Amino acid sequence: MIGLGVGLLLAAIAFMTVGAKGSWDFVLPFRGTKLLAMTLVGVAVAVSTVMFQTVTDNRILTPSIMGFDALYLLLQTFLVFTIGSARLAAVDGGVRFGGEVAVMVTFGVMLYRWLLIGARRSVHVLVLAGIVLGVLFRSLSSFMQRLIDPNEFQVLQDAMFASFNSFDRSLVWPAAGLLAVAVSVAWGLRRRLDVLLLGRERATSLGVDYRRTVGLVLVVVAVLVSVSTALVGPIMFFGLLVANLAYRIAGSHRHAVVMPAAALLGVLALVAGQTVLERVFAFDTALAVIIEFLGGIVFLALLVRGEKR
Amino acid sequence: MIDVLDAVKTYGSVRVVDGVRLTLPAGGLTSIVGPNGAGKSTLLSLIARLLEMDGGQVLVDGLDVTSTRSDVLATRIAALRQENHLTSRLTVRDLVTFGRYPHSKGRTTPEDLEHVARALEFLDLEPLADRFLDEMSGGQRQRAFVAMVLCQDTDVVLLDEPLNNLDPRHAVAMMERLRAAVDELGKTVVLVVHDINVAAHYSDHIVAMCDGAVMVEGSPREVIRPEVLSSVYGLPVEVHEIAGRPHATYFPPGRPSVTFSIA
Repeated sequence: MIGLGVGLLLAAIAFMTVGAKGSWDFVLPFRGTKLLAMTLVGVAVAVSTVMFQTVTDNRILTPSIMGFDALYLLLQTFLVFTIGSARLAAVDGGVRFGGEVAVMVTFGVMLYRWLLIGARRSVHVLVLAGIVLGVLFRSLSSFMQRLIDPNEFQVLQDAMFASFNSFDRSLVWPAAGLLAVAVSVAWGLRRRLDVLLLGRERATSLGVDYRRTVGLVLVVVAVLVSVSTALVGPIMFFGLLVANLAYRIAGSHRHAVVMPAAALLGVLALVAGQTVLERVFAFDTALAVIIEFLGGIVFLALLVRGEKR
Repeated sequence: MIDVLDAVKTYGSVRVVDGVRLTLPAGGLTSIVGPNGAGKSTLLSLIARLLEMDGGQVLVDGLDVTSTRSDVLATRIAALRQENHLTSRLTVRDLVTFGRYPHSKGRTTPEDLEHVARALEFLDLEPLADRFLDEMSGGQRQRAFVAMVLCQDTDVVLLDEPLNNLDPRHAVAMMERLRAAVDELGKTVVLVVHDINVAAHYSDHIVAMCDGAVMVEGSPREVIRPEVLSSVYGLPVEVHEIAGRPHATYFPPGRPSVTFSIA
């Protein structure tokens, strides 16, 4: 944990200072906002993935794999399709952000409650349901994308990949506020989450109100994922990567250790990755591409090693 | 004191528990016996509020298990289910400490640690306390889960086949400990067991179930009778008196008959 903290501090300093040219008055706030955005996304994705994996009792499913990213894409496409990019661009950033978060939280909570709280389902059924929903959302999106003007499509394409270079800077603080609330609720749930690791029956037997607790966890997860996605865009395998690294590193099952470890790892991966990207590759590629590449490999490795539960 | 009033549980069109009416007195060890699919485990889960009932009512010390808050019930009933799989990697000590959750809410106190130490000692788990559960044998894991349930320190303890995977030595030790918990600590223990002779030897009360209903209940002498057991299991069962206790034998003639008894 201390090592992670130190590493993160070094990465943050490197990110803020390396290759800075020109006035510090410009560089510090400019990079500072970016750093804050990466911190928010890193924490949100890491914490939401750990919580989601605890309540679904598995280590390969994440909110994004369960169709959340596809839902975001569908929402963006639908907006461009119905309202049009020009009028959409005229909408106040804050209003649009708030609307997107509200819609995604509502849909996300409904979807997960339906999938997870009702009947008991095996992980395999959940994976399948996630894939089917993802395909459904993506097909609907691509159907609408075919119908819209090619220029509109270009606007839409920007929304398809997460980027820390082209997000709306005015949204960082409202997002930070929302995430702070969600993360503090998550922290308050940490001991009950530990008990949920034992599974539904044992948690009930130990006096945890399963439906209520899991319902609350899913709301927190939906808020975390929605805010981070609405801020920078979808990153599919990132959560999987940091959560599984955190389980290895933490050396404890307790969420009081695992959640902070995952959050630190998440932020560290984003900040270090972005520093390397900006200074070594000179913005030649997108950070999301690198993360998806590594995360995808981890996902496959977990599948092959048979850690299906 | 456990009152089951016309409890019903259905899966699809099958009534797995079909209007069970049962009163179990406080204190004492009760065994539920019966063939596979008789609804024994389901009944136990209904009493422990781990399954939702489709009809009827269960009262534990006068508390309705469906309407009473789960955390209140957790200080009165502890339950062990058959399946003992876990996704996360826990040590025996971690698992047993979870048994204190209803009392500590996750903030483990020195008093909780004492309870944990006692439960580990009670089930002979001290040498294994820091081993990971996934690196242990089925029987050792079974004892760890029982230790967790006992650590919960409730008046009512429900155990679904606690002797699963245990060798004769550990099975006897387990039953002796449960007997001690009843006699010395005044607990109410309800078990699902398959070995009729274990039930006969250790129970104060035996409930025989068949097709989702209670067929017979009573003291071991009243239930361990050839005509009763034969109709419960659909198998000719003989009962012999050995050292002043009834023992059931159920192997078909033609081979040397074996008396299956642990005592």
